[in-house]
Amino acid sequence: MSSKTRLWIAAGIVAVVALVAGVAMHFMMMTPPADLDLSRLKNSAKGTYAVAIEPEAGTFTQNEMHSWVLTVKTPAGDAVTGAKVAIDGGMPQHGHGLPTAPQAAEIGEGRYRIEGMRFNMSGWWELKFAITAPQGEDDVVFNITL
Amino acid sequence: MALRQLALGIAAGGLALLAACQPSDFSEAEKATIASLSLAALPALPADPSNKYADERLAAAFGATLFFEQRLSRDGNVSCATCHKLDRQFQDDLPRSIGISETNRRSMPLAGVARSPFQFWDGRRDSLWAQALGPLEDKREHGGTRAQYAHFVKDQFGPRYERIFGPMPDLTAVPVKASPLGDDAERAAWDGMTAEQQDGVNRVFANLGKAIGAFERSIVHEETRFDRFAAALAKGGEPAGDAALSEEERYGLRLFIGKANCVQCHNGPRFTDDHFHNTGVPSVAGLPKDTGRELGAKQVLADAFNCLGSYSDAPAGSCQELKFMKAEGHELRRAFKTPSLRGAATRPPYMHSGQVATLDEVVDHYSRAPKSEDGESEVVPLKISDRERQALIAFLKALAE
Repeated sequence: MSSKTRLWIAAGIVAVVALVAGVAMHFMMMTPPADLDLSRLKNSAKGTYAVAIEPEAGTFTQNEMHSWVLTVKTPAGDAVTGAKVAIDGGMPQHGHGLPTAPQAAEIGEGRYRIEGMRFNMSGWWELKFAITAPQGEDDVVFNITL
Repeated sequence: MALRQLALGIAAGGLALLAACQPSDFSEAEKATIASLSLAALPALPADPSNKYADERLAAAFGATLFFEQRLSRDGNVSCATCHKLDRQFQDDLPRSIGISETNRRSMPLAGVARSPFQFWDGRRDSLWAQALGPLEDKREHGGTRAQYAHFVKDQFGPRYERIFGPMPDLTAVPVKASPLGDDAERAAWDGMTAEQQDGVNRVFANLGKAIGAFERSIVHEETRFDRFAAALAKGGEPAGDAALSEEERYGLRLFIGKANCVQCHNGPRFTDDHFHNTGVPSVAGLPKDTGRELGAKQVLADAFNCLGSYSDAPAGSCQELKFMKAEGHELRRAFKTPSLRGAATRPPYMHSGQVATLDEVVDHYSRAPKSEDGESEVVPLKISDRERQALIAFLKALAE
């Protein structure tokens, strides 16, 4: 066996080990998908609403109860008032929902305070809003990682 | 030649990758996680609006007296300290605690419990004071009744009680033993009392809990070698002396916050997310079916002494934890509270009913990730070597000294 062949074998082993280790790490740690859309401004699934979310205090801390503000507009930019907002979500890689049961309270100009939020674990969270207003029923899902 | 260079490059890259798995310097992300686990990251103790005596020294001192008072029991032999031993991290080293008789659950250590929104393994109470009332009337624990305790406190500690809580109610016509949770005779005696008498006894009972809760707020975690290590690391220095972690302990720490990902639930300075998880821990043969948080969530909502109840001091608009509590969902089934890992290495056995005898078996459980016998386990299998297992245990020991 030539030295070149040996080197190729060595490289192959290392590459395979690295690949296996990488894949194993991915599953063990359940890393969020690399291409996750983390945008906090999205159109709802059917395009009925333009929805934005942000933590009310600007930031949030893991394990502390806090509020978010959800802003709902029409695609033309008009505030959507009087909407019913149902909140759901959870960790898709863990098969569990949100640790709390948050509720929405309208605070005017198409804005809704989402109270009772808490993220108790690091990783990938989905935050889903089902919005019902005269414009129609539509859903939007945001991704949050921590 | 080019192929050979490429091969060399891949080999070198591979070796570098492997080297990154060895205990060595921590990355900035790892350092941030380590800092988040340090006691130095613990925020100020939050207020308990449901207990207006929570931070009153006289109440806390009275609570300490009550905590060690064996006469607060059916047979005069059981106090809170029977299962929450002062010199044993306020737990009892038993798989299932023994008061009047054996219970179904492991006693929990008390350091930092005032920071937990929900008490007990299943979160069936939402404050320390409401928690303290449960065992006092559980027939396997203290086994007494609230009427008995009201009489006892009036007779033995009347002036001390009244200095803190104001006048005692008139107990002259109150039966010696009476409780809505007692045996047939005790319940009948309770039902025979007037609403005013019941309210008076409930108020004394709640105040005993509030005193005990005020005392328990003073029980805190002690600094460990890990905390000194984290402090030195945060300063940018090389932890040395009593702040040093061995190579094995550092490797265990890296696994804890990395590959093994224990930190996902055991997070923050208390190494707990204060939440409830089904981790596939098996039940104990002979014990009744235990649905964990599923039942606990219903019980805390129904508890007369919860944050929203008439014996709570919480002003309107508080009680956020109870208000936004998740009361339903498949993941509540056989979910139990994430315990703190501070001091855990020196207090076997483990899990909510002491099912697991050693740390080695704990790591084994989480690497095997058995299916839950009821509901679904959140844990996924983790392939872990013997060396990694020993490193994790070594790190946990550094959290207990």
